[in-house]
Amino acid sequence: MSPTGRPEGEHRSAQHEGGPASAGADVLLRVAHAGKTFDVSPPWLARTLGGQPRRLLHAVDDVSFDIRRGETLGLVGESGCGKSTVARLIVGLYRLSSGSIFYAGESVAALASGNAPRSLRRRLQMIFQDPYASLNPRWRVADIVAEPIRAHRLVVGGKAIRARVDALLSHVGLAAADGRKYPHQFSGGQRQRISIARALASEPEFLVCDEPTSALDVSVQAQVLNLMRDLQRELGLTYLFISHNLAVVHHVADRVGVMYLGRIVELADKKPLFATPRHPYTRMLLDAIPDLAMTGKARTPVAGEVPNPLTPPPGCTFHPRCPHANDRCRSEVPKLAPAPLAGMVACHAVEERRIPIVAERA
Amino acid sequence: MSNPLLEVRDLRVEFPTRRGTLTAVDGVSFAIAPGEVLGVVGESGAGKSLTGAAIIGLLEPPGRIAAGEIRLDGMRIDNLPHEAMRRIRGRRIGAIFQDPLTSLDPLYSIGRQLVETIRTHLDMGDAAARRRAIELLGEVGIPAAGQRIDQYPHQFSGGMRQRVVIALAIAAQPQLIIADEPTTALDVSIQAQIIALLKRLCRDHGTAVMLVTHDMGVIAETADRVAVMYAGRIAEIGPVAGVIRAPRHPYTIGLMGSIPSLVGEREHLLQIDGTMPRLNAIPTGCAFHPRCERVFDRCQRERPDLLDAGASRAACWLYASGSRKEGA
Amino acid sequence: MAGRLADALRDSWDSDLAWSFRHSPYAMVAAIVFAACVGTAVLAPWVAPHNPFDLAQLDLSNSLKPPMWIAGGDPSYPLGTDDQGRDILSTIFFGARISLEVGIAAVLFSMGLGVALGLLAGYVGGKTDAFIMRVADVQLSFPAILIALLIDGVARAVFPGAHDSMAFWVLVLSIGVSGWVQYARTVRGSTMVEKNKEYVQAARLFGIHPLAIMARHVLPNVLGPVLVIATIHIATAIITEATLSFLGVGVPATEPSLGTLIRIGNDFMFSGEWWVTLFPGLALVIMVLAINLLGDWLRDALNPRLR
Repeated sequence: MSPTGRPEGEHRSAQHEGGPASAGADVLLRVAHAGKTFDVSPPWLARTLGGQPRRLLHAVDDVSFDIRRGETLGLVGESGCGKSTVARLIVGLYRLSSGSIFYAGESVAALASGNAPRSLRRRLQMIFQDPYASLNPRWRVADIVAEPIRAHRLVVGGKAIRARVDALLSHVGLAAADGRKYPHQFSGGQRQRISIARALASEPEFLVCDEPTSALDVSVQAQVLNLMRDLQRELGLTYLFISHNLAVVHHVADRVGVMYLGRIVELADKKPLFATPRHPYTRMLLDAIPDLAMTGKARTPVAGEVPNPLTPPPGCTFHPRCPHANDRCRSEVPKLAPAPLAGMVACHAVEERRIPIVAERA
Repeated sequence: MSNPLLEVRDLRVEFPTRRGTLTAVDGVSFAIAPGEVLGVVGESGAGKSLTGAAIIGLLEPPGRIAAGEIRLDGMRIDNLPHEAMRRIRGRRIGAIFQDPLTSLDPLYSIGRQLVETIRTHLDMGDAAARRRAIELLGEVGIPAAGQRIDQYPHQFSGGMRQRVVIALAIAAQPQLIIADEPTTALDVSIQAQIIALLKRLCRDHGTAVMLVTHDMGVIAETADRVAVMYAGRIAEIGPVAGVIRAPRHPYTIGLMGSIPSLVGEREHLLQIDGTMPRLNAIPTGCAFHPRCERVFDRCQRERPDLLDAGASRAACWLYASGSRKEGA
Repeated sequence: MAGRLADALRDSWDSDLAWSFRHSPYAMVAAIVFAACVGTAVLAPWVAPHNPFDLAQLDLSNSLKPPMWIAGGDPSYPLGTDDQGRDILSTIFFGARISLEVGIAAVLFSMGLGVALGLLAGYVGGKTDAFIMRVADVQLSFPAILIALLIDGVARAVFPGAHDSMAFWVLVLSIGVSGWVQYARTVRGSTMVEKNKEYVQAARLFGIHPLAIMARHVLPNVLGPVLVIATIHIATAIITEATLSFLGVGVPATEPSLGTLIRIGNDFMFSGEWWVTLFPGLALVIMVLAINLLGDWLRDALNPRLR
């Protein structure tokens, strides 16, 4: 059970995902009504001559959640749902369009503008998806891992830095001698270990992991997931773990948020989310996973595809694919609200108790 | 399996490079019966895609078939001239690749591409071919096929494009389809739709499929039998339920244990230490022996053939006693 | 330290580039020819039979001697002499030295300017990018030779007396300025690709200064194509220098470059003293051809798609 596990019950869901009133001492990261809009308009000249309007892409829309110290929040969704944008908003690679994000009570807005205090920058780090693009091909591994140490002046002096790099490399299961090699001399899994060593170099408390194993083969994925779990236990790390793979999220996360077209549609502890998913989209996702247990259970693949995020449907964006949609769903955007039994769900049908609660899997 | 549709025997694919010849596929043998779905699973670099490419004659030079035989319906196709192979491709063997965008020509409407494919392989007039194209699009689940036929690939979403590619692959009603990671580029919900479509088409037309993928879940859903590849060789082959529920080869055991599951709670996933060897450093004997927990002397010296192991056959000396019985 | 050096040497010998070089006869011949050009140019004061710039050695009675294998030729002037009695072979050695100096200096200048502006435009984007690239567009609509003539003309007007002593730097500046656009465009394109890669994002997360990211992360990864352009540009710059000198706005006739030699010889072409122009011209062609062949090979060797 997770360190933040609590007894099941109706009262607790509202407590930890709500507004500022529920600010507990153990909340490390708070995302409050965060929004990110990208301007994808054609260039000014084409717009003026062609009479085309400005086009805005709402990549992330009114997203709120808390992450408590020491836990892992999983964020799942299909491509284009905005989960990677959330990751980049938190670490300051993108600037927020609306809302706010606080890390240990401090706004992270300064990260994006480049004048954040070093202490804040040091504590938040990120692991990227592509192990081939996340390491500079012209740098030796030791220099790659040493970069944050030098940037933050955590250790001074060539010898001391080298010792620290060697320790980090061996921590993630590489040899000190590997430091002299270049990234292309390593396999994908080993590169991801180098990435992790680099992220750990600044001694962070919080790691944003953006699909860290999606580019890896399953057996290598297992190695990396095991390593990340061990590091979390050892160093008391807090993770935001982003993935499109529900099984991976089920393995690593304590709580899970499900995103669809820029919004969180369901947020709950792992167990209830996977056992009794409430939102029709979560159910659909769970239903779509190929059944490795070969129970022979007939699956009904949900029809339709994710709509174009530039022209999202009105009301609940999932309504065109939802078997439970009614007129209200087609006009009114559902808010993320505490659902009966567990978690938070943004769905009119759940709120109105039009959908029976069905156990998904034993 | 008295009359296999496709028979691959001791296939060996080599890549001459300036640092010596690399053997990417080494002594691979298997057969596919008419209407059967054979899953070929393995991690990147295991040689699964190259095996598929070798069968349809689309090995990228300098890759070449160095040894072995490939027979389609009893006829050797591995040594056919280009032109003859091109006629077989499309007419008797269809192909589906991972990225639907690269399989479609962005400059032509999908209708034109379909009609061209149909007319190349079947004796049909323009109007009849067009009717057939619309029929095909409907069959692969494209709504309003009559209108969409004149659209271009970029007007279709990823899932819809893959449906068009499938329509192209089945246009000439081939006996065999080689599908190389057909769902890898797609989201889970779309992936489920495509898998369901592939299954339905095979059932309806009795088409055999060689399904190459890295995803055991897709295999479990779709395949009748599965071949697990490691370092260019088949480690284990057998009925899909047997291989998944009771894997025999230590590599397959490790592979299955390393897949995170939606059921139950595990602190750690089963982990195979190390990585698959690079092609220029494949160990002697069993290629898996440096990573194997149950390794013994013989594994380091001799390369195991596929031996009977329960429901499936595994290339592992642990099952050597069974082979002696059979060999007698 | 010695171990590291040995590693580096073995790595570079083992690298794909070195392998491709060892398997390209064109590249090897071109490299040998180019090395010979550079060698004779650098060592001109020692290998040239005469010093054509030393007025004391000149003797007008030796003027316009034909090459040694033609009747009237003198073995101590193998390729003949010009109207002032200077040994053609020696002037070619010294002229090539000046041509190479101008070419390389101009390319370094162009490259520095273009790479810096390209990096800035690509990395910063927005208005900075728009401004730099519009300036580049405008400049591209002028022929390079016109820009060089303009700069040269301005320099002559501003420093009337000192022109001869500054001719070298004016040439470098005028050829250099006219060439930066190509570098800037290439670097900008690759920079826009690189800056979205995750290793650059990671560096931003560590709070590395944007200029440091550009210099230490992006720059090493966009230099490949720049090297190709620079190699071929040396040839172009040498030709431009020769053209300018031929037009009479280059280096002074007292210290002639290859272009100046061709111009001087041009006056004697129709009176039958063809060697004064032909041999410097040949030297120019050989040198430029070698550089271009090297550049072509480098482009193919660095292009992963052709490998």
